[in-house]
Amino acid sequence: MDLMEKNLELVEIQKLEGHTDRVWSVAWNPVSSHADGVSPILASCSGDNTVRIWEQSSLSRSWTCKTVLEETHTRTVRSCAWSPSGELLATASFDGTTGIWKNYGSEFECVATLEGHENEVKSVSWNASGSYLATCSRDKSVWIWEGLEGNEYDCAAVLSEHTQDVKMVQWHPTMDVLFSCSYDDTIKVWWSQGDDGEFECVQTLGESNNGHSSTVWAISFNAAGDKMVTCSDDRTLKIWGTDIARMQSGEEYVPWTHLCTLSGYHDRTIYSAHWSRDDIIASGAGDDAIRLFVDSKDDSVDGPSYNLLLKKNKAHDNDVNCVQWSRSEGDQLLASASDDGMVKIWQVATKP
Amino acid sequence: MVSGLINENPIIYPKKERRLRTDSSNTDEFTPEPIDQLEIFDHIRDIKDPEHPNTLEDLRVVTEDSVEVDDDNSYVRVTFTPTMEHCSMATIIGLCVRVKLLRSLPARYKIDIRVAPGSHATEDAVNKQLNDKERVAAALENPNLVEMVDECLLPSAE
Repeated sequence: MDLMEKNLELVEIQKLEGHTDRVWSVAWNPVSSHADGVSPILASCSGDNTVRIWEQSSLSRSWTCKTVLEETHTRTVRSCAWSPSGELLATASFDGTTGIWKNYGSEFECVATLEGHENEVKSVSWNASGSYLATCSRDKSVWIWEGLEGNEYDCAAVLSEHTQDVKMVQWHPTMDVLFSCSYDDTIKVWWSQGDDGEFECVQTLGESNNGHSSTVWAISFNAAGDKMVTCSDDRTLKIWGTDIARMQSGEEYVPWTHLCTLSGYHDRTIYSAHWSRDDIIASGAGDDAIRLFVDSKDDSVDGPSYNLLLKKNKAHDNDVNCVQWSRSEGDQLLASASDDGMVKIWQVATKP
Repeated sequence: MVSGLINENPIIYPKKERRLRTDSSNTDEFTPEPIDQLEIFDHIRDIKDPEHPNTLEDLRVVTEDSVEVDDDNSYVRVTFTPTMEHCSMATIIGLCVRVKLLRSLPARYKIDIRVAPGSHATEDAVNKQLNDKERVAAALENPNLVEMVDECLLPSAE
């Protein structure tokens, strides 16, 4: 199915109001979707120091705020991430702590607080099995945490090779390889040899390897895990790739290489990029717009190239800080978070 | 602050006369006036320098021409000139300008702040910090910094 041939648009399904300050991030619960017989659940986090949990009713199909996680973080909650099982929600805050919340049906309880970073925690990410958690901070470090019995977490590594504020961490979708991106304009890859190896920085993607020329804000992988997209203050999206089969079979690390740069599409900083399961890349930027890109499928000796599928102007009344595709197959729901204090749910649909 | 000022003897420029606005062409009270350079300059000219009892206008840190505005596209850029090349107050001044504009301009406005090219030793580093909204947001959650900014934004008791 060639998406470029269909006349597509991004339709606003619902606007979720409630936060009293900018919304920084949204995260879809991985195990909930109507297909599973469970209502889709979305978490959003904000400059109002709270996290809101939104649920879609299977009857009315409308979204409501199920609960507000408050009185724990004392400053902005910058990002949140669900564990792969969907039972836990990790929240990263400017107060320097990372909260771990357990879902007890109608209520959430903060079961652990991870401390250690010297200042604002910017991002949190679970690995594919849920055994590791990674966090990063303005203190320039990336921490890896291991979950133990009884809601205990142990610090497994403190990785200090970035030279500036680390904006986001993201585990690879299938392998225990960690990626981080920073105000120092680079993306770093962290890998540990074998089962007992220490995590170390095995690659730095900077300007010298066709990397970004300003702060890198986000990283997102395709479903197969052989490609990733990064977005930056330099107003470009970059696509990177690796030989995933070789990496998964061998003992050695296989480097990532630059495949393609999408420039000239964005007028302001790009804060977020997310790769959907059906290969659509969404971007959220400081010009209040959401853009969707797809592989042009033009076989070229220079590598893949991407086309702008559509641009949604004024998706929000202010900067779009985060875009996230829902995990469910065929749903093509997109959630967005903005400085205007709103969360919006969108659907990709064919124009009538 | 008694001694240890970064700039002990700043140049204070003579005060420019304030031009009165006499635009009588728009008599429709419902049509908003386009925001122009002078209006934005009016918002920032009286910001106090963090170290001296003078305004940013007095010290020529900002001038009317340091404001570039495109109202149709809701965009403004302010280029300020710190009094000294190694002024460590540059980020504070930039932050004050940003906060004043955030509080004064409609939410649709995109604001860029930068130091005048060639006017500061670590110009790129200062510009990067001033335009990283996550860093600005975190800074503004620091009560000490907010107090300092609010002091600079207080109207003078002249």
